Amino acid sequence: MTKVTMTVNGRQVSGDVEDRTLLVHFIRDRLGLTGTHVGCDTSQCGACVVHMDGKSIKSCSTLAVQAAGSSVTTIEGLAQGGELHPVQAAFKANHGLQCGFCTPGMVMAAVDMINRYGGTLDEKTVRENLEGNICRCTGYHNIVKAILAAASDMSAGRQAAE
Amino acid sequence: MYETNYHRASSVADAVRLKGASEESKYVSGGMTLIPTMKQRLAAPTDLVDLRHVAEMKGITVSGGSVRIGAATTHAEVAQSSDIKAACPALAHLASLIGDPHVRHMGTIGGSIANNDPAADYPSAMLALGATIVTDRREIAADDFFTGLFETALADDEIVVAVTFRPPERAGYCKFPNPASRYAMTGVFVTRGADGVRVGVTGAGADGVFRHAAMEAALAGNFSPQALAGVTTDPSDLLSDIHGSAEYRANLVAVMARRAVAAA
Ligand SMILES: Cc1cc2nc3c(=O)[nH]c(=O)nc-3n(C[C@H](O)[C@H](O)[C@H](O)COP(=O)(O)OP(=O)(O)OC[C@H]3O[C@@H](n4cnc5c(N)ncnc54)[C@H](O)[C@@H]3O)c2cc1C
Ligand code: FES
Ligand code: FES
Repeated sequence: MTKVTMTVNGRQVSGDVEDRTLLVHFIRDRLGLTGTHVGCDTSQCGACVVHMDGKSIKSCSTLAVQAAGSSVTTIEGLAQGGELHPVQAAFKANHGLQCGFCTPGMVMAAVDMINRYGGTLDEKTVRENLEGNICRCTGYHNIVKAILAAASDMSAGRQAAE
Repeated sequence: MYETNYHRASSVADAVRLKGASEESKYVSGGMTLIPTMKQRLAAPTDLVDLRHVAEMKGITVSGGSVRIGAATTHAEVAQSSDIKAACPALAHLASLIGDPHVRHMGTIGGSIANNDPAADYPSAMLALGATIVTDRREIAADDFFTGLFETALADDEIVVAVTFRPPERAGYCKFPNPASRYAMTGVFVTRGADGVRVGVTGAGADGVFRHAAMEAALAGNFSPQALAGVTTDPSDLLSDIHGSAEYRANLVAVMARRAVAAA
């Protein structure tokens, strides 16, 4: 057992874990943040995507002990003061989900790609950057639409703020 | 996953010491190969020594006409590096094609070459660039480093610290990704530089990554896709699996090589 301490959604948390505990299990079972999902056994589906130190990673393929000392953001950490994050709002407005199982990972992947590309995102880039996120319901079309809408909303917001 | 004990190394020397403290230990860098393998119980190291926080193994430097990439540098960092884009854009392109963005944020160049998966991208570039693999105890030419499927010249506790190479005049990489896994069904990296033309082929060889002597000879006089017309690859040296037969891969090698030269 090892005592791990990390920041999750801005709050410092710690817990004793077996060293083999996956980060996703620490987040779901120990912290009770069940928005992060497990969709596969092969590191391919992306339902488990969270941000570690500002970058998207697969929490099913990372140990909690590897994440010790880092800052983690999960889907629960996006909305601020009861307001949906612009990416969450765009998924809602564009019907970017059906069953919703892939959605937390999709949204975290989308926020990450908007962080990296900002307003220069185009459809091809979005589709390439969704390589690690599988959705078996939507056919991706509305997910791509939602991400493009959020990217342009967010860059318009940034310009307005400047 | 079987039980394991985690140790975070603070330096290369610390890592070697931690690893030596137990017989069934393993290094872990990005964990993008090792953790999935442990989840499937195909690997069961009693101890894991984490290299991701070792400062000496990080970063990209270009000096005296030589490029050095620390082994703990992630695929995303190589793909985005302005130094790599200037010195060898084909290598940045290769890194941008590995897996997906989340894998690229964790996976490292050192982990990839130490693992030497026969379908991994980086080994082809190391061969074609004539790179040098710098370990904690010696320097190994790429030609001597990759010794078979998942086999390298590394001793059990030897650490890849960095890779170095001289930027080629021209280089190109083209990969036919497996539609499901994105690993290379075949990937070809070509370079032309001071040492002539070098062609590294991954994803296709029955014994793993290899240099294509016939293509190197054909391109030496005429570095153009047309020069490769008629250069064949013997299928008996190639992989055959559910994803594609050896004959199919032989054709992929030809097509990927032509496209890589056209892109260079
Ligand atoms: C969904 C998915 C898709 C992928 N697609 C691709 C792809 O398209 N192309 C591709 O090339 N790869 C692909 N990969 C593999 C990925 O690139 C890995 O990151 C890489 O192969 C291993 O790097 P790592 O840092 O994660 O190593 P780890 O998993 O941490 O380690 C791998 C092995 O190398 C050893 N090791 C690690 N670092 C060192 C070191 N510095 N010195 C000595 N030994 C070391 C470890 O002990 C272990 O045996 C994919 C992985 C996943 C999960
Ligand atoms: S649960 Fe499928 S990639 Fe993590
Ligand atoms: S909405 Fe059902 S898996 Fe994506």
